[in-house]
Amino acid sequence: MSDASIIELRGIVTRFGSNLVHDGIDLSVARGEVVALVGGSGSGKTTLLRHMIGLTRPAHGEVSLFGEQLFSGSLREQRARRRRFGVLFQHGALFSALNVAENIGFPLRELRVVTPKEIRDLVALKLAMVELEPSTALLMPAELSGGMVKRVALARALALEPELLLLDEPTAGLDPDRSAAFVELVRSLQAQLGLTVVLVTHDIDTLAALSSKVAILAERRIISYAPLEETMKLDHPFVTSFFRGELGRRAIARSREKS
Amino acid sequence: MGAPTASCGPSAGKGARPECRLEGDWTLRALAPRADEYRRLLARAGHDASWKLDGITRLDSFGATLLWHAWREQWPQDLSADDELRTVIGRIEATAAEPLPERGSFTLADAVVVLGAGLLGFANHLAGFVRLAGQLCLDIAYLLHHPRDWPLREISANLYKVGAKATPVAALVGFLIGVVLSYLSALQLQAFGADIYIVNILGLGIVRELGPVLVSVLVAGRSGSAMTAQLGVMRVTEELDALSAMGISRTLRLVLPKVVALTVAMPLLVLWTSAVALFGGMVSAWVQLDLGFGFFLDTLPRVVPVANLYIGIAKGAVFGLSIALVACHFGLRVRPNTESLSANTTASVVSAITVVILIDAVFAIATRSIGVPG
Repeated sequence: MSDASIIELRGIVTRFGSNLVHDGIDLSVARGEVVALVGGSGSGKTTLLRHMIGLTRPAHGEVSLFGEQLFSGSLREQRARRRRFGVLFQHGALFSALNVAENIGFPLRELRVVTPKEIRDLVALKLAMVELEPSTALLMPAELSGGMVKRVALARALALEPELLLLDEPTAGLDPDRSAAFVELVRSLQAQLGLTVVLVTHDIDTLAALSSKVAILAERRIISYAPLEETMKLDHPFVTSFFRGELGRRAIARSREKS
Repeated sequence: MGAPTASCGPSAGKGARPECRLEGDWTLRALAPRADEYRRLLARAGHDASWKLDGITRLDSFGATLLWHAWREQWPQDLSADDELRTVIGRIEATAAEPLPERGSFTLADAVVVLGAGLLGFANHLAGFVRLAGQLCLDIAYLLHHPRDWPLREISANLYKVGAKATPVAALVGFLIGVVLSYLSALQLQAFGADIYIVNILGLGIVRELGPVLVSVLVAGRSGSAMTAQLGVMRVTEELDALSAMGISRTLRLVLPKVVALTVAMPLLVLWTSAVALFGGMVSAWVQLDLGFGFFLDTLPRVVPVANLYIGIAKGAVFGLSIALVACHFGLRVRPNTESLSANTTASVVSAITVVILIDAVFAIATRSIGVPG
């Protein structure tokens, strides 16, 4: 089972009214891969991510996670499947009525098999993993800065020990320093826990530092799905403007320097 | 991918230590269905057993926490595990040593603080309310000098929302209350043979008292809560800040239209609801007491002085003003989180109804000699 792909999209078609967003998208993500999903504004990246986690359903085509169709099986099986991935939403989506520790412990408490003491230790561990001080545990989401919100949300996404992590614009709204630190954090966690990661991003720095493969969404399809080096050679207007523009060249040079 | 197994028992050899051999996936997903069982099993083996973890294929932090708690947060002396497993358990050790801060338990001092905060909070509310009312007066003074700046479009939109759209529900409730009131009164009056006094009771009760209060409760629940929630969400989405940044007064553009609209709409709603309630009472009186519509309408102006109508309408205007002010006051106090939004919306409706009933009592005392026959 380990060689089967974690995410398998086949023939995805999405329509919003008369607007065709996706027209036959195929994509398969293997275990341990870090896939960056890029594309212009309105190309349906986030929609595709929402298909993957079952928040929306495509008009046609099928989505499989962990080798099983997303909506197959009994309710209990579907719920169990949903617990195998963690999602980091663009704005964190922390529950504003709960403090940081309660937010991170929430999915664990919902399982009803973990004791309060274990939850406390696990929350402390997740907080340490995302490099936050234990003293932040009692803060409310409204009291956190943008970078901290993302870290807490990441800790919550990791609470159920997921095999798959989906990140929607993980570095949007962070300053370059914080964004670099966050990318570094995701990369080390990915290595540490052996996660499969799918991220939607606009930020070339994030993409260059993290991704093992880049999927480009343009003209309602995935026009390329390959490692960054090969993607760079592609001759397509989007690729040219996105990667070979001034910003893109500098970012990629920076990431090469680092590695 | 193997199911987690644990076999713990006395070792075959000299029996110095019991031996615990763990195998398979020790992950949250694999352990969750029977977590309690494993927890007990490990706890029974305890810290002193000889732990053989080599058979574990995957260990996540939940599995590690189970083990660490079973070992009473110390490394067992006899442990055979590879480095990878030791690192995972080591992470638990590192963070468990530094526990999260916890909220202290509730003491007498906290009770005093809560009580004090409640009183200060009330004073704070009062001050905020007075400030809002004062700002509105300043806004109106400004508008009198600059008549072109009246937010007429907003006022008209609010009038439609709080007035016109509230008429069906106000009519329904008014009609039913009229029917019920008339029916219950008729039962008593019949016993005394005082049938025709039904007109006095309904006329005075509905026009002077019940109409305004009924509409106020309805409007506080319907429009007051909507106003609070709207302003609150505008706070959450930073729309209020955007308005301020553009130099547009939020009281002038958001609060004033609501207050003006509700002050104008409420007397009309009171008139409408009272009329429908009287009609309901008339229908019920006709069915119950065989009192004709013509007789009812003929008697009504004779037994209910017209001053009662004016009092009812004046009450409507004052109630409308206070409901809108209370709703906007709470709306502007919402902080950008969902808990605060719900708390303030609740507080808005409860306070608005309370304020209306308090003002009603003041009205009752102030107008005790006006419009009461005899």
